[in-house]
Order: sequence, then C-alpha cells, then structure tokens
Amino acid sequence: MLDLFFLVILLPLLGFLVNGFLYRKMNHTLAAIIGISAVAIPFFITVAALFQYDPMHATKPYNFILLEWIHAGSFKVNFAYQVDQLSLYMTLIITGIGSLIHVYSMGYMHGDAGFNRFFVYLNLFIFSMLNLVLGDNLVLMFLGWEGVGVCSYLLIGFDYHKSSAANAGMKAFITNRIGDVGFAVGIFLTYWYTGSVVYTDVISALPNAIPFKEIINWVAFAFFIGAIGKSAQIPLYVWLPDAMAGPTPVSALIHAATMVTAGVFMIARLNPIFMAAEIASDYIAITGAVTALFAATIGLYQTDIKKVLAYSTVSQLGYMFLAMGVGAYTAGMFHLMTHAFFKALMFLGSGSVIHAMHHEQDMRNMGNLKNYMKITWITFMIGTLAIAGIPPFSGFFSKDLILEKAFGHHGIGPLLWGLGFLGALTTAFYMFRLVFLTFYGKERIDHHVKHHLHESPLSITFPLMVLAIGAAFAGLLQVPHVLFGGVHILDDFFKPIFSQGEVVVQAWGITKEPHHISESTEILLMVLSVGIALTGIILARTFFIGKGLVPPADEGFKGLPKVIYNKYFIDEIYQAYILTPLIEISDALADWDKKFIDGAVVGVGKLFLTLSDSFRRLQTGVVGDYALYIVMGAFFVLYYVFFKGA
Amino acid sequence: MNTIISGVPLTYYLTLAVIMFATGVLGVLLRRNAVVIFMSVELMLNSVNLVFISFSKAMGNIGGEVIVFFVMAIAAAEAAVGLAIVIAIHRHKKTVFVDEINLLKW
Repeated sequence: MLDLFFLVILLPLLGFLVNGFLYRKMNHTLAAIIGISAVAIPFFITVAALFQYDPMHATKPYNFILLEWIHAGSFKVNFAYQVDQLSLYMTLIITGIGSLIHVYSMGYMHGDAGFNRFFVYLNLFIFSMLNLVLGDNLVLMFLGWEGVGVCSYLLIGFDYHKSSAANAGMKAFITNRIGDVGFAVGIFLTYWYTGSVVYTDVISALPNAIPFKEIINWVAFAFFIGAIGKSAQIPLYVWLPDAMAGPTPVSALIHAATMVTAGVFMIARLNPIFMAAEIASDYIAITGAVTALFAATIGLYQTDIKKVLAYSTVSQLGYMFLAMGVGAYTAGMFHLMTHAFFKALMFLGSGSVIHAMHHEQDMRNMGNLKNYMKITWITFMIGTLAIAGIPPFSGFFSKDLILEKAFGHHGIGPLLWGLGFLGALTTAFYMFRLVFLTFYGKERIDHHVKHHLHESPLSITFPLMVLAIGAAFAGLLQVPHVLFGGVHILDDFFKPIFSQGEVVVQAWGITKEPHHISESTEILLMVLSVGIALTGIILARTFFIGKGLVPPADEGFKGLPKVIYNKYFIDEIYQAYILTPLIEISDALADWDKKFIDGAVVGVGKLFLTLSDSFRRLQTGVVGDYALYIVMGAFFVLYYVFFKGA
Repeated sequence: MNTIISGVPLTYYLTLAVIMFATGVLGVLLRRNAVVIFMSVELMLNSVNLVFISFSKAMGNIGGEVIVFFVMAIAAAEAAVGLAIVIAIHRHKKTVFVDEINLLKW
C-alpha cells in the first residue's frame, strides 16, 4: 500500500476541490459523504501502509515526489514526502480522529446553512495538516503550517456574521504570524548553515556543520517561537481560548487534537537540533511547565464549558513541551496521542451537550444531564478520568511518564516536576468541577430547553464511543517498567527517529549525563501523582456535590477568583501595553507617511504637470503657427552655421 | 566660374531667387487660404530651382539641372496630394482657411 500512499495526500485535496467548486449546488448528504470518505479512505490506506512499512524494524524512510516546486540554482524544494515512524504516527492520528470528527460533524452541523462550506474547510485543513507532517523538507512543513493556520482562521470565523467569531479568527491568525516569523528565521538559518531544507540532508550535514553548533541554541529558539504561536504557549496562548468561537467539531479537531500539536511535532521532527540545543531546551521545558500550571489555574473559574476545555488544552500542550524540553521526546509524542483521544472526546462530548441544550454553553445553566444523555455522560467521564491521570486510563501513563522524566532532568528537574505536579492537582479539580456542574447536581436548565432535551443521534455518539475506547486503552502502548514488567512499544517504535539526534550530539561532543532514577523513586512519584489527582477529585466533589456550589453570575466574582475568572486580565494587559501603543505608533507613522512620503511623490507629479501645462500651449493646432516654428528653426540653423560655425 | 550668364550677372539671378523665396515664406506664414499657401510653397520651390539652374550654368555642371527635374516631379506630386487634402477638408468643414482647421491641439 505504500505505492498508493500519494492518495493519502491527494484525496483530501480532491474532496476539497469537488466540494469547494460545487458546494452551492451539492446536496448535504452527498457533500458529507465526499467529505468523510476523503479522510476515511486515507486512514485505511495509512493503516495498510503501516503494516507494509513495518515500523518496528524499518530504519529507512520511504520517500516519494508528487511534483517539482521550486528550483532556483542549488536551492531545490519539491512536493516530496517522507513516510517514516513519526509521520505515520501523526498521519494515523490526523486521519483517524479526523474521520471520526467528520462523521460527528455530519450530525452536529445538521441543518446549518453552511453545512457544505464546513466540509470544504475541513478537507482543506486535513490536506494542509498532512503536508505539514508528511513533507520531507522544512519549506513544505511551513506551507502546511500556514495552510492549517488559514483553515483555523476560516473555521473559527465560520459564523462570520457574528463579530465575536470574526474577531477571534483574526486574533488567532495575527497571533500566529508572530510565531511564524520565528519559524521562518529558523528555516533561513538552517539553510544557510547546512545548505539544505530537506530533513535527511540537514541531519546528515549536521555532524560536520561546526559553525552551526555555535548558534544552535538560537536556531532552536527561533523554531520554538514558531511552536509557541501554533501550540498556544505563554506568551502567545491568548488566541486559543477565543478560538472556541468556532463550531465544536473544529475545536476538537483543530484546536485540541491536531493543529495545535504541530509545534510538538516540529520539535520531534527536528530532534537533532533540539537535542543539541541544551539552553533552548531548558527554556522550552520551563515554558511548558509554567504554561501547564498557569493555564490550568485559569480553568478553575471558567463557566463556559468550552473555555474550560480550551485552557485545559493549553495546559496539556504545556506538558508536551515540558517533555520535549527535558528530551523525553517519546513521552511528548505519547502524550500528544493520548491527549488527542481524550481531548477530542471531551470536546465532542461538550458539543453533544451544547447540541442538546440548543447552543447553551454556560455550565451555570446545566446540571444533572446524566439522566438525559447516558452515552455522552459515560464517554465524557472516561475522558475526564483519562486527563485527570487515574490508572488505567491513557492520560495516567503519558502524564506520569512526562513527570518522571522531568523529575530526572538535571538541575531544574524537581522544580519542573513540582510545577507539573501542581498542574495535575489543578487539572483533576477543574475537570471534575466541569463534570459535576454539567452532569450532576441540581438541574438549572431552562424549561424550554428541557422540553427538547435528548441524547444526540448516532452520528454524534458513535465517534464518542470510539474515542472513549482510545482514551481508555491507548495508554497501554507504553507502560512503565515497574508495573508488571512494563510495555515499551512506543520506545521501540520511535527509536529510529530519536536516535538521529543522538548521532549529532555525539559527533558534536556534547555529553548528556544519563538521569536514572531508582525504581523506588519512580513508584513514589507514581503514587504521589495518583494521590494528587484523587485529592483534586475529592475536593471538587466536596465543593460541587457536597456543598452544591454553583459559580455566581459574572459580577459575583470577588478578589482573586475575579482576577482568575477574567484570565488574569492578560488580554487587557496586552491591549493596554502592546496593542494600543502599537496602534498609536502605526497611526503616527501613517500620518508621517501621508504627509512626507506621499507629499514628495505627489509633489514631483504636480511639478511636471504644471511645467507641461505651459509647454503644451505651443501646440495650437493652427498650421500657420507650425510653419512659423519651422521658419524660426531654419533661421536659427542659418545663424548657427554662418556666425557660430567653425 | 563664369559669373555672367547670357549677359546677366549671377548675383541678379540669386537676388531674384531670394526675393521669390521670401515672398513664398511670407505667403505661407501670413495667408489663411490653403490654396494660396500652396501657391506660395510652389513659389519657394521654383526659387530654389532658379538657384540650381543658375549655378549649374555658371559652373558648367549638369547635376543642378538634373536635380531641378526631380524637384518639379516632387512638386507636382505634392500639389496633387495637397490639393486632394484641401478638397477633402473643404467637403468636411466647408472652409479652406487654415486657422479654422485646428482640431489637433493641446
């Protein structure tokens, strides 16, 4: 099936083109079938290709070229693709979860006027995302990177007649541009020092690129700025919570499971660079750990069900970056996958709730939904247990692996672990707060809504059930050694990818001291993290079931809760100290531009206009005048010949 | 060089040619009627012919007389084309006064 792998990339493009050109005429069922199969068929091809490629033993990637793109002197970039363990892993997540969410969208978007347009955008997104992960060079990754950014913009602003949605789309797009500058700088530096943008060439050039070693931290940092923007880390995370203005399937697919993990994928793909960049890596780890805790605390007081999940996504992405920063690449990719399952599940679950509640997103108006929506409730519960880190659900294994690796990191290790540990407590608390407020307790539902309250159709519940299975069991791919001897499928799976970095590190003579922590410490850490998760759950239960607390109306928040409810006023601070000055400077410059630059340009034009206005009066149109000029000219020539001539 | 041609000094011929040429120039510049302007142009051409003939005779060189034939042929052709244009303009504008034909201007 590897020779059919080009279809994985082309089918979503085809779906996009067919639906894109015909969406005004197409009936909804047909558009949905085209949209779903454009993602589902690639998924099955990928599964088949996975078996043929035999990732556990293969060491060489499978490459193919679709199209020549840029050939300028020695600079060559093609639409060329590289199938290896990492790209297969990402492709499976994208097409697998992608097709479930396409099926879900068919039910969720039912009756929406923009139904066909929605599938057009989704297919374009899948196409861009596949270019991002499958491309064999940095430029193609950048193309996909920008492509998913555009789709994110289009889908956040899907309800473009609502100004809040349109603004949120712009906010996401512009915030991402800041990061993209860093990414572009990283590509330029890499090309300058290694003479290529193709991964395999870059990696084989690295051991001898000694000048590159001197600036490797800057290069890694530049790439990381790109990752900060796309993967919503401090300080550029502000766009992601606002992105929840998009339809819920979009939040699940783009803003939880796939696109926002692009930054993590990039670090994994460029692991030789990041492994050698130790200072930048420490910075990444700190950013990740701080984001993990910071975003989780904001989640504590949110009342919009999707906002809680959005901050939870920022927080979980923080864990992934923490893993990447401490060099635990497998752990980061592991969490990326488990998070894709349980976060997509919870977003889709919240979508099911919102769908049933007639677009009510405020948890203060919910409660006791477990009696009305059994499947949604049970699957959501599985997702919540997974994110809270309760064994044997998937989140436990991946988060525990990250915390363990963070603890073993030299120097700042225990500090990173501490931040992550507090984050785990906060996560368990706010997630169960969400569950208790939504599915348990007193009913606070508007009686009109209650009249229509029902479980969602099969197209919505089926993806929930599949994802719930993943969220429950995906963690078993990588089990720590201390539990029943352990399972290390992912370790072996990713070995060919992450050993690339070790070769470079050895060639450059960077010594990495192994951080082995004893088995007893490992068990202690595990018990502690389960204990802290249970503490969070019990606390949430005391507050929201025992005491039956419900968050107050917006103005009811006082003191610290008020600050947190308003997201630490970060948006307002950005507005006051960055945006407003920027706009003022821009206005002043625009003024200067209009007066001086435009004045000079327009002035030159006016000067010539005035001059020519007087000269053109010579052209009277009267033949006699022209004859006179000829005679005068003749006299002038005669005068010159006879009196001035040699 | 023979400065006396048929008993008349060369200077006289040249003086006559200058007077004819000046008359032609003034006619072109001052008259409004296109037909009269044509006549003035012919006058200028003939004054030039006179100069050619005079020098040809005075210097014993046949070249000048040959040129005169060329000039006369060109003048005839020019008059034919020019008068056709004048007629066309007259049909169109009901006038042959050149100061009234001034559409092509700034």
